[in-house]
Amino acid sequence: MGKALGASVYAASTDRQNPDPNLVTRQVNDMKVSFLLNGEAVEVNTSPTQTLLDWLRIERGLTGTKEGCNEGDCGACSVIVTDQASKRALNACILFMPQLHGKAVRTVEGISGPNGQLHPVQQAMVDHHGSQCGFCTPGFIASMAAGHANGRIDHDDVVAGNLCRCTGYAPIIRAADAAKNAPVPTWMTEPTPPTGPAPFAPETLYALAAWYAANPDATVIAGATDVGLWVTKQLRELDSVVFLNRCADLQKTTVTDDTITFGAGVTMQDVHQTLRDHHPSYAEMVRRYGSEQVRGAATIGGNIANGSPIGDNPPALIALGATLHLRHDQVERSIPIEDFFIAYGKQDRAKGELVTGVTLPKSAPALRVYKLSKRFDQDISAVCGAFNVTVTDSIVTDARIAFGGMAGTPHRAPAVEGALTGQPWTNAKIIAAAAKFADDYTPMSDMRASAGYRQEVAANMLHRYFAELAGEAVNVLEVQP
Amino acid sequence: MSVGKPLPHDTAKLHVTGAARYIDDIPTPRDTLHLAFGLSSVAAGTITGMDLDAVRAADGVVAALTADDLPHANDVSPSAYDEPLLATGTIHYLGQPLFLVVADSHLNARKAARLGNIDVDETTPILTIEDALAANSRFEDAPRIWSKGDVDTALSTAPHRLSGQIEMGGQEHFYLEGQAALALPQEDGDMVVHSSTQHPTEIQHKVAEALGVPMHAVRCEVRRMGGGFGGKESQGNALAVACAVAGALTGRPCKMRYDRDDDMMITGKRHDFQISYDVGFDDDGKLTGVDFTQITRCGWALDLSIPVADRAMLHADNAYLLPTARITSHRLKTNTQSATAYRGFGGPQGVLGIERVMDHIAAELGLDPVTVRQRNYYAPMGADTDGANTTPYGMDVTDFILHDMTTRLLDDAGYAARRKSVADFNASHNTLKRGLGISPVKFGISFTLTHLNQAGALVHVYQDGSIHLNHGGTEMGQGLFQKVAQVAASRFGVNVDLVKITATDTGKVPNTSATAASSGTDLNGMAVQIACDTIRDRIATCVADHYGGPVRFEDGQVIADTITLSFAAAAALSYTNRVSLSATGFYKTPDLNWDRINGTGRPFFYFAQGIALTEVVIDTLTGENRILRTDVIHDAGASLNPALDIGQIEGGYVQGAGWLTTEELVWDDKGRLRTHAPATYKIPAASDRPDIFNVTLWDEPNPAQTVYRSKAVGEPPFMLGISAFLALSDAVAACGTSYPDLQAPATAERVLSAIHRTRK
Repeated sequence: MGKALGASVYAASTDRQNPDPNLVTRQVNDMKVSFLLNGEAVEVNTSPTQTLLDWLRIERGLTGTKEGCNEGDCGACSVIVTDQASKRALNACILFMPQLHGKAVRTVEGISGPNGQLHPVQQAMVDHHGSQCGFCTPGFIASMAAGHANGRIDHDDVVAGNLCRCTGYAPIIRAADAAKNAPVPTWMTEPTPPTGPAPFAPETLYALAAWYAANPDATVIAGATDVGLWVTKQLRELDSVVFLNRCADLQKTTVTDDTITFGAGVTMQDVHQTLRDHHPSYAEMVRRYGSEQVRGAATIGGNIANGSPIGDNPPALIALGATLHLRHDQVERSIPIEDFFIAYGKQDRAKGELVTGVTLPKSAPALRVYKLSKRFDQDISAVCGAFNVTVTDSIVTDARIAFGGMAGTPHRAPAVEGALTGQPWTNAKIIAAAAKFADDYTPMSDMRASAGYRQEVAANMLHRYFAELAGEAVNVLEVQP
Repeated sequence: MSVGKPLPHDTAKLHVTGAARYIDDIPTPRDTLHLAFGLSSVAAGTITGMDLDAVRAADGVVAALTADDLPHANDVSPSAYDEPLLATGTIHYLGQPLFLVVADSHLNARKAARLGNIDVDETTPILTIEDALAANSRFEDAPRIWSKGDVDTALSTAPHRLSGQIEMGGQEHFYLEGQAALALPQEDGDMVVHSSTQHPTEIQHKVAEALGVPMHAVRCEVRRMGGGFGGKESQGNALAVACAVAGALTGRPCKMRYDRDDDMMITGKRHDFQISYDVGFDDDGKLTGVDFTQITRCGWALDLSIPVADRAMLHADNAYLLPTARITSHRLKTNTQSATAYRGFGGPQGVLGIERVMDHIAAELGLDPVTVRQRNYYAPMGADTDGANTTPYGMDVTDFILHDMTTRLLDDAGYAARRKSVADFNASHNTLKRGLGISPVKFGISFTLTHLNQAGALVHVYQDGSIHLNHGGTEMGQGLFQKVAQVAASRFGVNVDLVKITATDTGKVPNTSATAASSGTDLNGMAVQIACDTIRDRIATCVADHYGGPVRFEDGQVIADTITLSFAAAAALSYTNRVSLSATGFYKTPDLNWDRINGTGRPFFYFAQGIALTEVVIDTLTGENRILRTDVIHDAGASLNPALDIGQIEGGYVQGAGWLTTEELVWDDKGRLRTHAPATYKIPAASDRPDIFNVTLWDEPNPAQTVYRSKAVGEPPFMLGISAFLALSDAVAACGTSYPDLQAPATAERVLSAIHRTRK
């Protein structure tokens, strides 16, 4: 284990379709974005980091969509964005206009019918008293209508990214449940969006990699769930940007007999879909990663490339022995993902080099991923632990344990792994190994947790892992009233 | 009659279609300017220099104002004139507004606000309770102390005695709509202000002071807030005053809304408290005496801290007869945001203190916590108590109904069987433990500043029979406008659709009190009823003059002796007979008297009550926890609108549970609030509500003469969330033998540390 997996699986098959980097440069300087707004085509001149929310409210006077936090954490600005692949609720406050090119946007004003008819979720929210102050309501309506169109009945997850301070949520969930069987109104069907050259967004990996190698100081934007806050909160001006969302080569998920490869641009929502079939515990962690709106925009590549000490995918991927794929201009390389994270704020990525994808084994029955945060949904982990221990004939033959939130980077726990490997898989050995976490990590105290608590729960997660594999109930989320 | 019907919120359709307008949605004139504050980045010190050249040179900036530029009063305090809009030399907290940027856009104002170059002679901030006690940094000259009987003797002679301490954090309001205001300069120096405020009259008052004009020159209008919860009782003053001053100086409309991070850094929150207790009790768990010491951090300015701390003292008894008591209250001044009103207004903190005592006694004696509570309850309504059923402040409790409510809750929720099933679960599970918690609430209704218990209304009936309704209360989502409209419709015997509810406006109803203290419906509903009855009686007289009496108003009709008219026809008849169809109404709560210095009197008109049972599960390896089931019975009197009242109860419960679980405010040692956005401050999300959530109204008429015998419902259910905290403590107790001594908020980390204590 530990060697790069499946490096040959990943190939940029459409490399040769757009070999002219100059074309990309022209696209990047093009300021026009075309999309559908509530069913009508619009063409907009925009700066690359204009947010959809500001454009809706300030330029279009569509004030139904609200600003609650301006950082994608409250959902008051939720809108529905439809493309060929899906219909999803997204946070307009951290969605840049170029990301919408060729898509259809539907705001709360367009969720009711052309003659003012209420959508079934709107009517149900009235009937079930689902609004009080009403400020969060348009965002809930957007999330609920998207969920309704997609046939979702996991209402708590559908609205996990929408905060309401008034109702305690009970009437909102009652409303979502009441509306679930109503037909989707005809006006929710989106016409075909306009097409045309995309701004700031190369369509092939070849062109993207060439452009980025030539413009290494540019900001690469995938879902903008992180970069969005650079703009809305740090008030940074991003002079040069490039968007990944139209690069088809990065949007692919490839499942082989042994491996799964996610292109860097695959959203966490789509990652979740794939993982549910192969890595249920990892998928359950991803269910709680951000929110519906965040997962609909955020990409697995972005989560890895931004090098957060907490980012929830890396611990799981490290425990799986995943391989990271990178590309600088036309030079590709693959490395064990654990080698990517060098130190806080420093990764093994050259200037102008892109993260293009990640390959992980398709099967790892012993993988368990534990996300610990103050709130279950839509919260950044205090500690995220991933365990993947192979036991053969009651002896540990391989142990891969990795944590986020315990150091400046996500990384493995070599002392703990060493204490387990070659030993019998018994409670006594678990106790001994758990004591080794202090050798592996020196966590910090911050607003999410104290250092001492982090250290203690990291060790306790190993106990939980042992208990869970032994069949004991260990998850409060699985307890029924 | 529309009273009592579960009608939807009056603007529910506008909410769900995005058509409901909040301040930032109001179309503005094209030359409107946008404001932002430059904030202090240190918690304490003296400003030695303020260089705003870069601010003034920034894109779109029209002006950058300091305290020296303000033409008149530089104060936005609701109480003590100790809260400058812009700092005058002394820095009081990290996040304090130092200067005001006026720019052509919200974004340009925000950008420029970060460019100030401020020189500060920093001093050591007073941040914690310990810091403040050591420095004797406090409001009022000494702690406030109220007592009942000889508590020292009661404690020293008690069969059992125990002491303890509980800390409880503050709470960010997290209204979804941040603070916002829009000022529109008018001719002749007048100012119209749209504000997201619970207290339009105070906005009018502070703006008038800042502009140096009489109150008649300022009009404040509020159609709705996107949530308030007490956070818009005084915290909107700064924005409204800033907009008005900048508007007066530039002659242009000015709008200000805080970005969420600024909102959380600048504005006050719920008061955090540390409550110590020393209690005596007998073998049955009945109290003989209680000695509480309540210590709270009020932050840098007085704001509303005195009445908040008073209300914590007033609720130190909650539902229990304290034979003897002493309550000592320290109101500490610290270099942090000025703590302010928040749903319950100190009540929840006081209640949590005594509820903790009840659980601690039960644990000490090995009794069921419900039994201990029932034994200590006040005597029920109607019992002959011979004046012995008094609160620590000497008010006779005559409307206590929690005995019956408790019995019914225990039956409905299957308490006895669930006690056993929880015990069975805990015996058979190693990692996971369940717990049950029960907490009643008895909440005093009325402003403790007695003169605030007044309200006015203005009602017009037009000649087509449509009704224009206005009163001094503000709508923040609680459904006040709908409930009051139902009152108005019922007085006229018409459908509520005939009633147009209009924005709160200081030009229509003057001298209003804040919509606060749960009093909105009690006060304004009565004022509206009085105004409607005046008009109705005039119409009745007119109709009787023509068609004979008596005249009844029912089902949209006006029924006289010889004819039945539509309400519209009766209005038209009155108009043509030159009858005034406009009236004001005025109401003041009766039977109040209160001496807050000595802590004696009758501060409350009545008590609203409720009780909740919560079941939780915890993970003993990490402290992670969640609510499985909650059963509530709550007393809203004869409900004016059961749907809206249940909405207040569900929402209040979840907000209360959030306060005591995931909502943690963290300041670092420099005084910087580290939890200043929803990324780091975690209010409950949808999945945090109880899986099973049964809420029932007690639905008995209020013995006090309130509007249609209803009861106030805004704040009381917040305290039902305490049952979630007590349930967590119960689950922790299943891990060991010692008392868990759980502290709040009970984050996973605090639950785990309590597990360690219980295993000692």
